[in-house]
Amino acid sequence: MDLSSLDPIALIVSLVIAATPLVLAATGELLVEKSGVLNLGVEGMMVMGAIAGFIAAVETGTPFLGFLFAAIAGALLACVFGVLTQVFLSNQVATGLALTLFGLGLSALLGQSYTGMRPPQTERADIPVLSDLPVIGPVVFSYDWIVYFSLFLVLAVWFFLNKTRGGLVLRAVGESHDAAHALGYKVILIRLGAIAFGGACAGLGGAYLSLVRVPQWSEGMTAGIGWIALAIVVFASWKPGRVILGAWLFGGVTILQLNMQALNVPIRAEYLSMTPYLMTIIVLVIMSSDRRRAALNAPASLGRVFHASS
Amino acid sequence: MSTLLDLTGLRKAYPGVIANDDVSFDIAPGEVHALLGENGAGKSTLVKMIYGLVKPDEGRMVLNGAPYAPTRPGDARALGVSMVFQHFSLFEALTVAENIALGLDEKISPSVLSPRITEVSRTYGLPLDPSRLIGDLSVGERQRVEIVRCLLQNPKLLIMDEPTSVLTPQEVEILFATLRKLSAEGVAILYISHKLEEIRALCDRATILRGGKVVATCTPRDETARSLAEMMIGTTLRSPGARDFRPGADILELRELSLSSASPFGTSLREITLALREGEVLGIAGVAGNGQEELLAALSGEARVQPEMITLDGVALGHMGPNRRRAAGLLAAPEERLGHAAAPDMSLTENTMLSARIRQKLDTSGVLKWTATRAFADAVIKAFDVRTPGNGSAAKSLSGGNLQKFVIGREVMQNPRVLVVNQPTWGVDAAAAASIREALRQLAAEGAAVIVISQDLDELMEMSDTLSILAGGRLSAPRPTGSLTIEEIGQRMGGQTAEEPAHVPA
Repeated sequence: MDLSSLDPIALIVSLVIAATPLVLAATGELLVEKSGVLNLGVEGMMVMGAIAGFIAAVETGTPFLGFLFAAIAGALLACVFGVLTQVFLSNQVATGLALTLFGLGLSALLGQSYTGMRPPQTERADIPVLSDLPVIGPVVFSYDWIVYFSLFLVLAVWFFLNKTRGGLVLRAVGESHDAAHALGYKVILIRLGAIAFGGACAGLGGAYLSLVRVPQWSEGMTAGIGWIALAIVVFASWKPGRVILGAWLFGGVTILQLNMQALNVPIRAEYLSMTPYLMTIIVLVIMSSDRRRAALNAPASLGRVFHASS
Repeated sequence: MSTLLDLTGLRKAYPGVIANDDVSFDIAPGEVHALLGENGAGKSTLVKMIYGLVKPDEGRMVLNGAPYAPTRPGDARALGVSMVFQHFSLFEALTVAENIALGLDEKISPSVLSPRITEVSRTYGLPLDPSRLIGDLSVGERQRVEIVRCLLQNPKLLIMDEPTSVLTPQEVEILFATLRKLSAEGVAILYISHKLEEIRALCDRATILRGGKVVATCTPRDETARSLAEMMIGTTLRSPGARDFRPGADILELRELSLSSASPFGTSLREITLALREGEVLGIAGVAGNGQEELLAALSGEARVQPEMITLDGVALGHMGPNRRRAAGLLAAPEERLGHAAAPDMSLTENTMLSARIRQKLDTSGVLKWTATRAFADAVIKAFDVRTPGNGSAAKSLSGGNLQKFVIGREVMQNPRVLVVNQPTWGVDAAAAASIREALRQLAAEGAAVIVISQDLDELMEMSDTLSILAGGRLSAPRPTGSLTIEEIGQRMGGQTAEEPAHVPA
């Protein structure tokens, strides 16, 4: 075993790429949960984004259209969840689980003839001078535009939630839907909007997997990343900035264990593959150990059914 | 006298019930107008129609000479009608300024809003710091947030739904001074309360509703609290009989009971020591959020503490859960009727089973005895005059007052050694409240001990033998009720909030 053969620059670059789907999906889910809705269907929306983006990119030859269609597909699937839970008042947990199963099944069906194909390549930023700088060039300026977009998205969500009136209303709806309703805010419309946004983000995250990270389509290729995104929202205690931290932590562990597998470290591959998930569980337990703090950050109406009775 | 708001023939029907029927009255500028009535008399529906939350089926409203038909609260606010809710519509995890911004229709940037909040709150003697989290504020301060929010919109009519039920006497004085100042400036106030003495002190006119109809209009100053109550319920009121207090042996002892709160905005209990005797009704006064919920949780067994912190008849049971405490005779009825004292979607019979199974022996080695349970539920319904179609009705289908009678009755009829109740008559009308109080006193007269946690001082003064004050999680030593004045109690209740002096400039 020779750890010195690991190239730290290559490691960081692959870490950021591994973390990007998580950043996208978790940021979307964060906004959804801030509005008081728990959508457990992130995995299903991601995998739908992965196949929709893949099909669109292959058929049009344009990766941008792939990402666009992925966002639309994710948002559409999320709207199914939104209508069921917000209009027909179905249980959010059960509906979210069903959404994941539905997404996995439908994506497998749609993707049957696309297995093994290669998508068109998404362009990387190639900024003159900057991208050629030693160390900083590859670590900061070498990614595709989606990576920068995902970081911008986190900033935008943070700004929206904390600095705008719309964000304040959304947080208020998630804090107490009854009080928000009494003040005359349209709880259901606001939540539907948040759910659709969350779906679009999850779809983008999924498309990043099938178009950039892997890049090809295989059935069930999200492999639990949607669940990790849900965990990252809790890990981030519903603060957008910390989503990046959580995603990089998870991405880092993933990349590290992959490299260790490649280096034939004398630990069974199964154990190494487990580490990112184990890590998630451990971090969640630690984060949740302080009940009072956890309760302070979580949106108080999270997952509760809202029925406007007068 | 000119008219600000004129209501004519308002009617609103819900499936199976007519909430308002042909309601007509008017409010003049600067008038403090009381709206009185039992639970379910239609007060809430009426003010919701005025505030645009509910649309009337028939009738019309005229505001300042123009037809007034708000379809949403925003319309009402734009025309100068504001409302302070009974259950505050505040967001605990947001700051004072954010909460106020949410309630305003015009968009004001935070840098402009905060100074305006400070200015308005100072003018009306309601000091507030715009940057604090609501969750950290006392109940009285939260109410100030609601009032300041309304005042920022320069209302012509301010609707207040039971504003004083959670305040200390001193806070009530401050509120009244604010309301009088507003009234002098020409703001009309529609004031809903069950506290008849307050209405006599504050209000110029009163409209009394019964069964959704206006049954009387009067000048409260010319009436007595008793005559007002009788107009509300439509019959004569029975006075509670005096009971002489001869305490027996100690039953329940608390020794340095401490418990850290499970909620981020809760109050931890600190070294509460207490001895409760047979036949004693102990009143625990205090402003909400000073440890009442925690105290109830510690006594009911929902929160476990060290064994010797709570002893019942000499047996240490601080470590026991609710069921073992029930078996030993320590019963509790929490404040929140739906979801805590009763499971909303379960029938009254099922709810009876949940709490009475152990003491009434409603099961044989795990198999439930439904016939016996129904009989016990029926007994509770009959003894406490719970108005319901039958024991199969879901708990949530009962009105608040009826459900309260049921959840208190269910515990009383299990012959507890000690019964702990929190806010036993919260939101319950005068007649039902009187019967609940009577039942609790009767229980004590039969040799049990009762702890009544309440924010209604009049209630505690009326029914308890001894009185303690819970402030900041500490409990004062019990004193005979007659030996304390309202002022003394108020000062101790304010223990936590008294550092903030509040003055209303003349």
